[in-house]
Amino acid sequence: MSPGRRVREGLTGWGFVAPATLIVLGLSIFPAVWAFLLSLQDWNGFSVPEPVGLANYQEMVADPDLAAAVGHTLLYTALFVPASVLLGLGLAVALNRRIVLVGVYRTLIFLPFVVSAAATGILTTYLFNPQFGLVNNVLRVLGLPQQGWLEDPQQAMVVIALMSLWGQAAFTTVIYLAALQDIPAELTEAARVDGANRWQSFWHVTFPQLAPVTVFVGIWQTIQAIQLFDLVYTTTRGGPLGSTETVVYYLWTSAFKDLEFGYASAVAYGLFAVTLAITIGVTIYSRRSTVGGLA
Amino acid sequence: MTLLASPRPPVYGPQEPEPEPGPRRRRRTGWWHLVLVPVAVVFAVPFVQMFLTSLTPESEINRFPPRFFPSELTFDGYAKLFRDSDVLLWTGNTVLVSAVAVVSHLVLCSLAGYGFARLKFPGRHVGFLLIVATIMIPTQLLMVPTYVMFARVGLIDTLAAAMVPWLASVFGIFLMRQFFLSLPAELEEAAVLDGCSRFGTFWRIILPLARPALATLAIFTLLSSWNDLVWPLIAINNPDAFTLQLGITNFQGARRTDWSLLMASNVVATLPLIAFFVVAQKQFIATMTFTGVKG
Repeated sequence: MSPGRRVREGLTGWGFVAPATLIVLGLSIFPAVWAFLLSLQDWNGFSVPEPVGLANYQEMVADPDLAAAVGHTLLYTALFVPASVLLGLGLAVALNRRIVLVGVYRTLIFLPFVVSAAATGILTTYLFNPQFGLVNNVLRVLGLPQQGWLEDPQQAMVVIALMSLWGQAAFTTVIYLAALQDIPAELTEAARVDGANRWQSFWHVTFPQLAPVTVFVGIWQTIQAIQLFDLVYTTTRGGPLGSTETVVYYLWTSAFKDLEFGYASAVAYGLFAVTLAITIGVTIYSRRSTVGGLA
Repeated sequence: MTLLASPRPPVYGPQEPEPEPGPRRRRRTGWWHLVLVPVAVVFAVPFVQMFLTSLTPESEINRFPPRFFPSELTFDGYAKLFRDSDVLLWTGNTVLVSAVAVVSHLVLCSLAGYGFARLKFPGRHVGFLLIVATIMIPTQLLMVPTYVMFARVGLIDTLAAAMVPWLASVFGIFLMRQFFLSLPAELEEAAVLDGCSRFGTFWRIILPLARPALATLAIFTLLSSWNDLVWPLIAINNPDAFTLQLGITNFQGARRTDWSLLMASNVVATLPLIAFFVVAQKQFIATMTFTGVKG
């Protein structure tokens, strides 16, 4: 190949990939590096940035408000992740059969997936309104005690987790549905021939086949859960009494309300480290254990 | 904006998620309806409440005991919405942002995906590796530096601020590359031998074959850009550049108890995607199977 032709091929190649590559890298790697530099500074966006070394990270470790936010985030993660995985599995099993109306069920269960956090927030405040909301009304008709829901610090996070489930059940369901269809029918049939009942053949044959998918949706939903922000913003704005203030909500407040750009960047790096550790940890664990790898 | 491809092989275009019918299964499936009917009702109730409340007269909403079905239907909520808010402006802004996002994604990501899949040029491996590595970076880490960057170039408070992050994405490049890798190379070799240029080959021969992947990409981009709240919340304080999600969220704060009005705004923000979902359900499901979109 002549040198001229090689140069032209190189230019053609970069001509194809350069626009998208520049946008993606310019809006990710560049700001990510910048965020690290910011995390070593004290800066409010207007003043002269002051280098403070690791002071932001030291402050972060000792910050009681951040510790509380971590607690709320963990509570939400513990409520949301297992529930969304189990709900997705259950719905996938139920929808994975040719029965009348299955298309209608599927549409109704998947539809909330297209609803934005803003719209879900407005719906949540209405449905769970203590005075005239539908949920308390149902409780009243059933003769059960009325609840404060979003106005009760003990219950607000539960309500947010419930509405997240409503909005995101479709995702885990779709992933499990696709995985269920990959399992050869002969496997379960063989188990049935060997005398296993439906329940046994599901837990001993089908469920182990789904293990890689369960690992994937588990990691995925955990990462989503520890990044919870928008549904909190559109329902409680962190209240009541700070009970729904999550890590990302706290990060957003310190960055864009208190204008502590350096400190917020340190918190963001802390979050990044945790996300990375979870992903790597779970991946290695699942590769080693008998359930098989991620890929 | 954070993305992770699912461990499953990519699913392009319409995929029938229903299983092959088992003749033996058909008889004893009645009891699944006992599970699915209540679940489907619970998933549908928020939508029903949203539509009904948007059509309920003001006098009937904040009353005790509340009633599920209003005694008469009225469009007062919508009339007030269009009179008291800039909902038409917000809708126009969101349509513009989503249209730019979808077109830009389709063009730039398919170009880049094709370049990385098929063209040989120096630096292509490093470039693609860098792009894939950015999947691990959480968006929260990028908020502060991206805000500062946009402020320096005067993008803050303009509609362009909402568009720029949606011009291209890792997901889009990755999806298109995977698709182009699956096409047989002979197709373009023949075209090149016939004297067709690289771009001509891509445009006339390859792209028309990529329709299923392009549909997946378009749905992903539409859904994410239409529903995005966090970034507009940070980047746009100027009411003239509000997107629909930002507009209704602010409106919710200002008109706390004006429920017919708020639900009317919810319907306006949600109905286009609901309609689109009902029409293109199979493509939506394929998109969801390929990746986790929300968040």
